[in-house]
Amino acid sequence: MEAGSLRLPPGGRSLDERSPASRAADPFFRWGLTVLATLVLALIAFFFIFLVSKAQPALSKFGLLGFVFKDNWDVSRNIYEAWSLVVGTIVTSVIALVLGVPVAVAAALYVTELCPARAKGALTILIDLLAAVPSVVYGLWGVFVLIPHLKPAEQWFSDTFSFLPFVGGSVAGPNVFIAGLILAIMILPIVSAISREVILTVPRDHKEAALALGATRWEMLRIAVLPYSRSGIVGASMLGLGRAIGETIAVTLVVGNAPNVPHQIFDQGYTLAAVIANEFGEAANNPLHVGALIAAGLVLFVLTLAVNAAARAIVNRTVPA
Amino acid sequence: MTALTAVSGRRRRTDRAARGVLLALTGVALIPLVLVVYYLLKRGLGAISWDFFTTDPTGSFLGDPGGIKSAILGTIEIVALATLIAVPVGVLVALYLVEFGRGKRFGNLVRYFVDVMTGVPSIVFGLFIYIVLVTSSFVGVGFAGWKGGVALALLMLPVVIRSGEVVLLLVPDGLREAALALGAPRWKVALRVVLPSALPGLITGSLLAIARAAGETAPLLFTSAYVLGTSFNLDGRMNSLPLQIFSDVGQAQDRLVQRAWGAALTLVALVLLLTLIARLFQRRNRYT
Repeated sequence: MEAGSLRLPPGGRSLDERSPASRAADPFFRWGLTVLATLVLALIAFFFIFLVSKAQPALSKFGLLGFVFKDNWDVSRNIYEAWSLVVGTIVTSVIALVLGVPVAVAAALYVTELCPARAKGALTILIDLLAAVPSVVYGLWGVFVLIPHLKPAEQWFSDTFSFLPFVGGSVAGPNVFIAGLILAIMILPIVSAISREVILTVPRDHKEAALALGATRWEMLRIAVLPYSRSGIVGASMLGLGRAIGETIAVTLVVGNAPNVPHQIFDQGYTLAAVIANEFGEAANNPLHVGALIAAGLVLFVLTLAVNAAARAIVNRTVPA
Repeated sequence: MTALTAVSGRRRRTDRAARGVLLALTGVALIPLVLVVYYLLKRGLGAISWDFFTTDPTGSFLGDPGGIKSAILGTIEIVALATLIAVPVGVLVALYLVEFGRGKRFGNLVRYFVDVMTGVPSIVFGLFIYIVLVTSSFVGVGFAGWKGGVALALLMLPVVIRSGEVVLLLVPDGLREAALALGAPRWKVALRVVLPSALPGLITGSLLAIARAAGETAPLLFTSAYVLGTSFNLDGRMNSLPLQIFSDVGQAQDRLVQRAWGAALTLVALVLLLTLIARLFQRRNRYT
């Protein structure tokens, strides 16, 4: 540093020397923070290894593939093959996407591009508020409001449209459709919020160019906004999917908790997360059962991990962090 | 030159229809919120009284079910503990990412895994704490309030880190450089210049994380567990609002279900209050 060569007043200190004690703390500060960050990494690694090791009893008995792809979850006979749970998880999440994403994206488009400036703030807050309602409250609402009120409508739909695939037959009170509907509501705010961000990144030029060429507002959305933000919206939906897959309590309360592969959307089902929540209490003294539940947690973990990693990759490509 | 032609009728109708559909779907998005709030007020207000907040659940099925005092206090204790763990650690990790980890491979690795943690379902955190802290003997076997707090802290941690990182990044580099040029050491710049100027944003992020944690049920199911009485002993079972609701929903008894609605109203009010305060702090943020 040049400061040392400056002429110093007698007894003065150069810039290098200035508060040497305090500067000496710098490396410690830096390493302290680094260690802390490393600990977070270690925690996640530990997390994964621990889950795998504790799931061993079940995984070695049924095999990883057997556990995931065979369908026989029978607690009384101590057999744990989770295919029906995997299917239930996927079916409820897909229903959530089908119902939730169009609404979420439409709301995002409306709020960012069409609505009057005055209503924008209020609408954004109201949609975000959906995320503030805890899972168990949605569950409570689902059990005592949605299930009884929707049942006649579901039965009518089931009878009228029985020619459609996965529709027809008698409607169970709690069923996978209700679970999907609740999940749709729960993922709506996050999908909508991220879609809004993505839509906001569409360059003004693109939109103005479309309008200048005589496009109507809808045509502008269709030819300028949607193509530009498509991959971001796909990413947002996948983040929503990750949320839906792991959602536990609301689903536990409304899905019916029957470990069978549902034949139609108004059948009872079960999900990986719900089985953990329900059976943990009774499993404590049975290492195989505990192992099976932890293996279910592991499958859930890997499933959400894959979905989220893909989603992040897609979103980051469009919205620079 | 050709004169500008008016938009054809068909295109105008399509435009109007499409805009109508978007507006209608936005309305649909708001229906659940309206319905949830309506039913919470309709069924929950009836349950609420002074006694509701000042008595513990009795566990009686047919008689007086009691209130939710233990659940409210338990939620406050567990969430406070989770906050004490997650906020300092989260803010410091965010500080690391912004001050030392920018553009570094290790920094990106940490950032990536924090994102991974954000996506981990809350029940899996509960499972993890159950195996590590509840069933293994190195910290004492059994359910305990503090174990629930740790589970919630794990859940809050990635939220605090990521939101913290965003607001710390907003602090202009000029501020850091000015402080460094005045001879301040890095740690002082980080702790005395960067942190205070990002404080409102950090508070917003933390409050939102707390609001999310307060409503979580799954991680508490088999960590702090359900119990009737009020407890101030973090090493014993501890009740909480979400578990109280979860436990009451499953009961085929009107008075218990009514308590569930009352507790749900209380919980939502609590979460909304936290969210509201978070928004107020967001307004005070200098850098946005």
